[in-house]
Amino acid sequence: MELICPAGTPAAFREAVDAGADAVYCGFRDETNARNFPGLNFSREELREAVGYARSRGTQTFVALNTFMRAGDEEIWYRAAADAVALGVDALILADFGLMAHVAEIYPAQRLHVSVQASASNVDAINFLVEAFNAKRVVLPRTLTIADIARIAPKIRCEIEVFVFGGLCVMAEGRCSLSSYATGLSPNMNGVCSPASHVHYRKEADALVSELGDYTINRFSSGEAAGYPTLCKGRFDVGDTRGYAFEDPVSLDVMGELDALTAAGVCALKIEGRQRGKAYVSEVVKTLKEALSANPQRRAALLSRLKGLSEGQKTTSGAYNKRWR
Amino acid sequence: MPNTHSPSLTMGPVYYLWDGPKWRDFHFRVADEAAFDRVVIGETVCSKRQHFIEPHLAEVVERLEAAGKTVILSTMALVTLERESRQIRDLIEGSDHLIEANDLSALGLLNGKPHAVGPLVNVYNAPTARLLHSRGAGRICLPPELPFASVRRIAADGPDVAFEVFAFGRIPLAISARCAHARSKGKIKDNCLFVCGEEPDGLPVRTLDGQSFLVLNGVQTVSHTCQTLLGELADLTACGITSFRLSPQDCDMVAIAALYRSVLDGALAPDEAIERLRHIYPAAPLSNGFHHAKVGAAWVTRARDTANSAAL
Repeated sequence: MELICPAGTPAAFREAVDAGADAVYCGFRDETNARNFPGLNFSREELREAVGYARSRGTQTFVALNTFMRAGDEEIWYRAAADAVALGVDALILADFGLMAHVAEIYPAQRLHVSVQASASNVDAINFLVEAFNAKRVVLPRTLTIADIARIAPKIRCEIEVFVFGGLCVMAEGRCSLSSYATGLSPNMNGVCSPASHVHYRKEADALVSELGDYTINRFSSGEAAGYPTLCKGRFDVGDTRGYAFEDPVSLDVMGELDALTAAGVCALKIEGRQRGKAYVSEVVKTLKEALSANPQRRAALLSRLKGLSEGQKTTSGAYNKRWR
Repeated sequence: MPNTHSPSLTMGPVYYLWDGPKWRDFHFRVADEAAFDRVVIGETVCSKRQHFIEPHLAEVVERLEAAGKTVILSTMALVTLERESRQIRDLIEGSDHLIEANDLSALGLLNGKPHAVGPLVNVYNAPTARLLHSRGAGRICLPPELPFASVRRIAADGPDVAFEVFAFGRIPLAISARCAHARSKGKIKDNCLFVCGEEPDGLPVRTLDGQSFLVLNGVQTVSHTCQTLLGELADLTACGITSFRLSPQDCDMVAIAALYRSVLDGALAPDEAIERLRHIYPAAPLSNGFHHAKVGAAWVTRARDTANSAAL
């Protein structure tokens, strides 16, 4: 089982490699990837160094070009693909059909992975991308149960990678315009969701209100931990019900289901968190790497150590468990 | 009848859960009275709802075609279950009608057959449109999130397909494996008892400060505002958009279609049409922010070209 680890900075990249990542994924410092945050990501030169460092230690480098090409500016994405290929990255993680077609045609030897943002959620969808673009691996959307994955695995002609730890999209990834509806900026077009540039905190008498654009996303009474106002993790009123309408402020942790995921045919486990610091990356990667080869008892102890690192310190197995739906 | 050089009107699939007779009667009236050139039908949001409309599909298709309208069959937006995959395979193998793909599985299965691509497929650029065209797509409804600059570029650089733009309706913003609609009523998707049917125009989501924001429609989340591109029709037509999609809301869609037809035909000024539209569908404030590369909820008035936040 491979462990695929995030790196938003060269420092985090080295930490991930040193901590035992089988592959590290990262992106260029622009809108070609879905973590287009200020202060994050890699210049061409930084990526060159990172790829060299990783290779010298037997670690692979994946580059995410997982936003959708802006019409008329396709050259930005084509250039990113060309540079990543020239730097010798081990895989490109793509979401846009147009970009997949380009890469498959111009760089037929380049390994192509289907990003979670492509939303390939079933056998026919995955096989379409395998046949059309020679995709070697699919990162499954977080809409499937483990039983669904087990059913899909034998019928597809590529490897399966799944998210196991970190942030959790509630909506089908790559198919969500909630952020741009409120802020004008979206994951698909701009590589950001609920961007910090549009976040405001407002003090009220006995509360702290978080806003995204013009919209109130949450209100925290004093003493309550104030989370980041990610749109789908906000508190809203629906009918007479007030609460987390889409999802609680939780993060994904499905490492407890490691054996079931292995049996289902998953070959790679992905950690979310390119926006996280190097200390977080190091700790999570080290712990999960050790958990992969530990016996169940030891594994449980290791995983409980990670609870404190999770968003809101609460975790969920998300769509992997049918009851979540 | 619209003349052949004038842009055409497409009615999108009903995204909401309406009971069978309501769904049937709505389409009968559209067949008999509405200025649509083509109508897309079929459950698109949740496969659990399929049985509500299934008994009425054949008669609705017949009525629409008898009225001279082209019928397109819609596929599901999010396909995860084997049962759902089978439904799509059966539909594609067994149907004589044009099919509109709303997910990647349908796109894969339709390879080599003439088909349409719905607004829930990510077509953000001309290379993607060309790829889809090479596989058989003859019609593409572009995603509602696209700004005009992208629409214009795709229409200019893209393949020889009929490009369509989402010009009326609450905007489909997201879809999930989880049903927030059922969840708001203390249920989960698997035991939902079809509670989404209680809100034929969706269930409002308000912020803690009482702002109208989003609307739940089963596993789909749509905007509170109604995307309304009436003032933009001329620009869109000039750049090569050949049809406009009106997405059914629980209102008089015959009257809505007549407004768009009149504006396209030059018989009614856009501003006047906008005022009338507000009366026909008063439930939602209007938005056109996505088109103008602003916040999606915004309403940009052309006269002054300033963005006003949608009425909250």
